[in-house]
Amino acid sequence: MMRRLFPAPLLSAALFIAWLLLNGAAPAQLALGAVLATAIPWLTEPVRVDRPRFSAWPTLVRLGFVVLFDIVVSNVRVARLILGPEARIDPRFVWVPLTIRDPHGIVALAGIITLTPGTLSSDLSDDRRHLLVHCLNAGDEALLIATIKQRYEAPLIRIFEGAR
Amino acid sequence: MTTTFLLDLVSSALVIVGVFFTLVGSIGLVKLSDFMKRLHCPTKASTLGVGCVLIASMIDFSLAGETSLHELLISLFIFITAPVSAHLMVKAALRDDPNIPRP
Amino acid sequence: MSLLNHVLPWGIAAIALAMLLALWRLLRGPTLPDRILALDTLYIDSIALLILIGMRFNTALFFEAALIIAMLGFVGTMALSKYLMRGDIIE
Repeated sequence: MMRRLFPAPLLSAALFIAWLLLNGAAPAQLALGAVLATAIPWLTEPVRVDRPRFSAWPTLVRLGFVVLFDIVVSNVRVARLILGPEARIDPRFVWVPLTIRDPHGIVALAGIITLTPGTLSSDLSDDRRHLLVHCLNAGDEALLIATIKQRYEAPLIRIFEGAR
Repeated sequence: MTTTFLLDLVSSALVIVGVFFTLVGSIGLVKLSDFMKRLHCPTKASTLGVGCVLIASMIDFSLAGETSLHELLISLFIFITAPVSAHLMVKAALRDDPNIPRP
Repeated sequence: MSLLNHVLPWGIAAIALAMLLALWRLLRGPTLPDRILALDTLYIDSIALLILIGMRFNTALFFEAALIIAMLGFVGTMALSKYLMRGDIIE
């Protein structure tokens, strides 16, 4: 019964919270938000064929904090690079081999890599096994790949592929 | 030394930090010589720049008495869309650049 | 609330300066992706500017504007980049 009413509980919750953040928590808005949060996932159900399956919620929260911390740290580092002499910047493309197979996980990984300044994910190989990353200051390639794999990819594998 | 004063101080500091990173992003946009280097600049403005300003605004409006959480929505939206637009701009700039070896 | 009111005008001025720099890149080019990048930076900066102005005048009116700029700016960047990607392909 609950499953029939809410085919995508996470999406419903996200829609409800977004509606309240946008419009305030007046009783009428609560009711309208509830209606929308029920109706939209129900109507879009046939369109969403491939959906992510989350597991390991503590890992997800921890990854969020790690990413926020890294955003701050790398922002400071990139600011110093930009304000310093340009000759010190050594930009390069690096192919990062991927272990993660889940497409949603790859999207999340690419997004995290781009959000931390200094690295930009720019392409995915056709077989989805390598991610092209552009680094503002590459330095040691092996170290960079190891950092990405250990800090972001390992938790993402646990989050998106742990259930399988 | 009240909480109000402390929060005032924190939000002022956040505004300064956010504006600083936005400005540095634009300076990089003008200063750097190559498109791929320049592409790294707006990610700074969109993450820490706007993020800090939004947190400062949340604190400021909460101090004025009306709790305001719209800002969370804006920052969440920017955090989701910034990588997508950066990715598309790289693709538009590179198209099929033969200089990059395929694995 | 006094300290913030002293900081805000300087912050607004600095954001305006950042937007001028981005505008210079927009006019200068030299390539089309550069101009798209400058537009992207401009809309992000304008969100920050609107929020600062909203704080300065103590009004929540500007949030909706900032939200709409965030959405339309993203769609605009996406459309322009897609056009560049597709314009080259002979279909």
